Amino acid sequence: MSTAIDTLIFDLSTTTLREANQALHAEDLTGEVLITNPRGAHAVAAGVDAEVQITVEGHVGYYAAGMNKHAAITITGNAGVGVAENMMSGRVHVQGNASQSAGATAHGGMLVIDGDAAARCGISMKGVDIIVGGSIGHMSAFMAQSGRLVVRGDAGEALGDSIYEARLFVRGEVSSLGADCIPKPMSQEHHSELRELLDAAGYSDDDTRDYTRYGSARRLYHFRVDNAASY
Amino acid sequence: MTTRSDMRAARGLRESATFDRATIADIRRAAETGVYDIRGGGSKRRLPHFDDLLFLGASMSRYPLEGYRERCGTDVVLGARYAENPLHLDIPVTIAGMSFGALSGRAKEALGRGASAVGTSTTTGDGGMTNEERRQSKTLVYQYLPSRYGMNPDHLRMADAIEVVLGQGAKPGGGGMLLGQKITERVAEMRTLPVGIDQRSACRHPDWTGPDDLTIKIQELREITDWKVPVYIKVGASRTYYDVKLAVHAGADVVVVDGMQGSTAATQEVFIEHVGIPTLAAVPQAACALRELGVEREVQLIVSGGIRTGADVAKALALGADAVAIGSAALIALGDNDPDYAEEYEQLGSAAGFFDDYQDGRDPTGITTQDPELQKRLDPETAGRRLANYLQVMTMEAQTIARACGKSHVNHLEPEDLVALTVESAAMAKVPLAGTDWIPGGAVGHH
Ligand SMILES: Cc1cc2nc3c(=O)[nH]c(=O)nc-3n(C[C@H](O)[C@H](O)[C@H](O)COP(=O)(O)O)c2cc1C
Repeated sequence: MSTAIDTLIFDLSTTTLREANQALHAEDLTGEVLITNPRGAHAVAAGVDAEVQITVEGHVGYYAAGMNKHAAITITGNAGVGVAENMMSGRVHVQGNASQSAGATAHGGMLVIDGDAAARCGISMKGVDIIVGGSIGHMSAFMAQSGRLVVRGDAGEALGDSIYEARLFVRGEVSSLGADCIPKPMSQEHHSELRELLDAAGYSDDDTRDYTRYGSARRLYHFRVDNAASY
Repeated sequence: MTTRSDMRAARGLRESATFDRATIADIRRAAETGVYDIRGGGSKRRLPHFDDLLFLGASMSRYPLEGYRERCGTDVVLGARYAENPLHLDIPVTIAGMSFGALSGRAKEALGRGASAVGTSTTTGDGGMTNEERRQSKTLVYQYLPSRYGMNPDHLRMADAIEVVLGQGAKPGGGGMLLGQKITERVAEMRTLPVGIDQRSACRHPDWTGPDDLTIKIQELREITDWKVPVYIKVGASRTYYDVKLAVHAGADVVVVDGMQGSTAATQEVFIEHVGIPTLAAVPQAACALRELGVEREVQLIVSGGIRTGADVAKALALGADAVAIGSAALIALGDNDPDYAEEYEQLGSAAGFFDDYQDGRDPTGITTQDPELQKRLDPETAGRRLANYLQVMTMEAQTIARACGKSHVNHLEPEDLVALTVESAAMAKVPLAGTDWIPGGAVGHH
């Protein structure tokens, strides 16, 4: 890719991760940043709190873009466990596949994964929007509290187990639904909500009518003896 | 005076030790309601504990230090292994993590005031950091829990240390619980939950499993906070020897071990009473693990679960702790189980001195509640002063014992200063039965 003159470049084959991350935590950070040779390093661009554009060229390990605030971070390769975990705001884009727990507990912002995401995608999500181009693994959206998860492919077993108020949209097959997760009708409001998410993620050609919405039956919100089997 | 139980005994009535009155009441309650008992507090049964240990004061073979005149230090440094800014506390008694949600905002503020007044730390809890406690706590440890309720990187960066919670002594292997009556609007918003639901939180972290992952998680936390603050790992006491070793390998600066007497805000009674091991059994295992890894004193050990007095503090330190943490005792110092509210406790079906329904949200003292009216009963300044007094008393008690053992610092206390009163406590604490040189049981690491 071509880089602007003022692009900050960190080559992780010559710069330590600690130096790079510390520089990314500088208070007045703006503009564009390029990180090369991540070679599966963990916690790449974690804890950024600035309106910057960061491109990570290659594959990253665990917790890339963890706890992101404000930054737009693109990972051109695959991402390991917990990409964008606990993100607060901003945007994280994985152009390859993502491992387990993508977007775990994230409170805000948008996570786009062009490829597939493994198990526990959106686990315990708390307000983030996650759009997955491919399919997701089992136990995804486990205890998902808030936010939206859009899956253009299929979902693995026990989708949305013990889900709270998060909204799930799946285009393909769902292997099975978890406890208290049920299909729900799509109102006009849901179609336009989904439309916006797909557009924002660059999937404007998708027809929202191909998607099914899933959410909480809210039967497990209170301890009841009749629910014993689900506890 | 003949009591009713004397009269019953005279008539030949005998209460079953197996089916005692509390057990009968429990069975009846289960049969009536169809749900298990959820309560706060810790294990209530009699367990081998610090009471079963005694100090050998100095006399001929060792000489004691003069009270008041000869210095006996109490300060402790926590987290110097990897952190740029380790904590320097004036006393080795810290305030354990108790969540806002379980506790009122004012109770959190009172804890902060009391702890800061005597130079020690407080800890957040499940549900995030409140302004009340950040403002009042000079040194605040931020808990990182499986639920990640209210987990905010800004708070992480505002914290003086981070405590990764794997478990609690009251419920090793269990997750948090907060019943609907305590999920008020403020609590719900902080936790991103619907108001009034019965919250069940996860018992496993959502983005790592096992010690190898934890190593990477800790690396992430350090990267995010630029390696400035210490990272603790808190475990409920069960396989303590192995857990502490794994915690050290995972990169902890400090390991917190919470024994089964440790309190909780809300957990199943069956969990509280039947899972985990006593604090007394856990401390020597933890100390042994640190010793074997050669990181004694370099990685600090904080012990909690049933710490009540300066004697308990001194005994924990002698067995290898660098500091202790208190939950229940701190709440009692604030005013929990106050006999002045005897009547109101009775109305709740409890009694002053017995109250453990922290989950219920109707605590008459205003401590474990979110009820706006009840909360007002706790004055954070007065309660904070009470806590500061109590912490000071504990510290002076520990110093009294340390001086009697000839130590110029409380952390110089050692297992050699202790003997055990019972065979059980001798085996658990790995100190000899009083008057003998007998330490029953095998070495810590080999079981
Ligand atoms: C009201 C209350 C709330 C608690 N909340 C938490 C919590 O959020 N996280 C945690 O790790 N431990 C929590 N604990 C456990 C304490 O951190 C600590 O392990 C325990 O209280 C120590 O035992 P002690 O009460 O005998 O001193 C809580 C305890 C109480 C009493």
